[in-house]
Amino acid sequence: MSILIDKNTRVMTQGMTGKVGQFHTVNCQAYANGANCFVAGVNPKKAGESFEGIPVYASVRDAKVATGATVSVIYVPPSGAAAAIDEAVEAELDLVICITEGIPVHDMLRTRYKMFGKKTLLIGPNCPGLITPDEIKIGIMPGHIHKKGRIGVVSRSGTLTYEAVGQLTSLGLGQSSCVGIGGDPINGLKHLDVMRLFNDDPETDAVIMVGEIGGSDEEECARWIKDNMKKPVVGFIAGITAPPGKRMGHAGAIISGGQGGAEDKLAVMEECGIHITRNPAEMGRVMQKILKGY
Amino acid sequence: MKIHEYQGKEILRQFGVPTPRGVACFSVDEAVAVAQQLGGAAWVVKAQIHAGGRGKGGGVKVARLPEEVKRAAQQILGMHLVTHQTGSGGQVVRRLLIEEGAQIIKEFYLGMVIDRSEQRVALLASSEGGMEIEEVATHNPEKIHKVWIDPVAGLTDDESDDVSRKIGIPEAALAQARACLQGLYRAFVEKDAMLAEINPLVLTADGRVLALDAKFNFDSNALYRHPEIVAYRDLDEEDPAEIEASKFDLSYISLDGDIGCLVNGAGLAMATMDIIKLYGGSPANFLDVGGGASKEKVTEAFKLMLKNPKLKAILVNIFGGIMKCDVIAEGVVAAAREVHLNVPLVVRLEGTNVELGKKILAESGLPIISGNDMADAAEKVVAAARGA
Repeated sequence: MSILIDKNTRVMTQGMTGKVGQFHTVNCQAYANGANCFVAGVNPKKAGESFEGIPVYASVRDAKVATGATVSVIYVPPSGAAAAIDEAVEAELDLVICITEGIPVHDMLRTRYKMFGKKTLLIGPNCPGLITPDEIKIGIMPGHIHKKGRIGVVSRSGTLTYEAVGQLTSLGLGQSSCVGIGGDPINGLKHLDVMRLFNDDPETDAVIMVGEIGGSDEEECARWIKDNMKKPVVGFIAGITAPPGKRMGHAGAIISGGQGGAEDKLAVMEECGIHITRNPAEMGRVMQKILKGY
Repeated sequence: MKIHEYQGKEILRQFGVPTPRGVACFSVDEAVAVAQQLGGAAWVVKAQIHAGGRGKGGGVKVARLPEEVKRAAQQILGMHLVTHQTGSGGQVVRRLLIEEGAQIIKEFYLGMVIDRSEQRVALLASSEGGMEIEEVATHNPEKIHKVWIDPVAGLTDDESDDVSRKIGIPEAALAQARACLQGLYRAFVEKDAMLAEINPLVLTADGRVLALDAKFNFDSNALYRHPEIVAYRDLDEEDPAEIEASKFDLSYISLDGDIGCLVNGAGLAMATMDIIKLYGGSPANFLDVGGGASKEKVTEAFKLMLKNPKLKAILVNIFGGIMKCDVIAEGVVAAAREVHLNVPLVVRLEGTNVELGKKILAESGLPIISGNDMADAAEKVVAAARGA
């Protein structure tokens, strides 16, 4: 098993026919069961056409009705991406993964407001997507660094997630699912939401949680872990050396008003029983050590 | 993106928030002329820089005679204004705001932020105006009142009056306060701001409610739909290296250390800075070349780092996903040749086509030090910086 997606998931791609969408759709199709999983594209101007054998539909609703796809991945450019999420939510999909980077925050505020009380879950925006190794990859991560196994990975960053995965794989530790929740301040699933899913997944034994400066999501997750988590968690926070008030690449990564600092987050995480490391090169080895002890 | 106080006040006035009358000036003569045009019994001469804390640093002076305006303008224009937000070198003052004076009876604080946990815009209001809100939050958190605003209803009259009463605005001034609170909220949303502050909002002796200061920070992802905000950009207030970087779509931030870092991805870039520190070194910059860095982008990134006179070594840390390691390696080799690299270079490559990438580096004949993993690379670059 895994969380959120597996080899039976059926996916539509919003923004499939753009340059970025085409590139990643080909890669996702080529990964594991991807050829069967990616069943539809959405573009109102190109309905009836196809790309790499995948039919294009005029709307999310049409694509859902025609193919039974319940998950969408979005590569639509920033100015239209929030509207693309809205459309997927209106069509009552189960899960939307928004890869797009650079969506205005106020657009996301309005989109999150409209999502209230709706069934659709959102991952991202500004995220690498998620993968269940050897089954399905939805997003822009390099598939070949992953290995099927029993460690969950949840992270706000893209390449730092690859770093954690790369370390695990090189130590022979495979992954159940890896979820990039994105670097934006207003996003969908948080560390806590994904952690709950890993806790309930019988095929996940332990989790690596990669956070970064800004906000208080990691602290909230840590407090939940203290009271509820049945599995060991290894944690790292990027940005110990980041100066306050500066936006470090990700819009969400800013220490403001003395809040959201890496040391504060690490302290709370440690208090809550998370096995923290200050060395990003040691995430895999810390996990290996802990698993031997259990 | 930040703007000046006088620009922020222009925006506030467009949204019906009253401010004192005032004009921005670039010279002493202009300042005196403006004061005479404005008339009145007193003027405030205010340094216009993007950093806060200007008053404490000597950048705000009250004048009661035109000669005092002249003296104040002479003192402030061109000064290196040092505040808790500028760093020790301070910021050179190139613009002034000359404003009519106001007889202040009471000061309040108004702020608008995006609350990440609630996923709403939050209004912060406090009776403790004129102080740093962080200090109030530390010492008197009960004096900060928060309103989470419904994006459809906006800030309602009832919500506005309720919070105004809590911070001590008198009944007679509630309607005026409403104009300020609701105007600030509308400006915040319609102009795509990430942060807005009026500190202080004041009640004057003649019963008016005025915004005496204005601070805005806008969402850079939304600037494409706000050319009027982009027009406010003042490049003198920004780090030249960061301006240069933005031209090439590189995300760059100058830091105090001596080890340059070139990394793909913001999270990995921060982690790279952290590991340099962990091994006893000090990063000279944050630099994220993004997901699809070309040879040209890598070359520009090297040029940027090499402009820093403190630079003693460079660490390139790439985890290739979409970006292939051989392409990055070719970019690094070409860049190193073009810029005549004069500091040690440590390169750590991982991910897609890593073997090919390492081969290109090894065969280049350049003295590139190869890092096997992040820890090894960090150790080597710290040692190289010490030896340099």
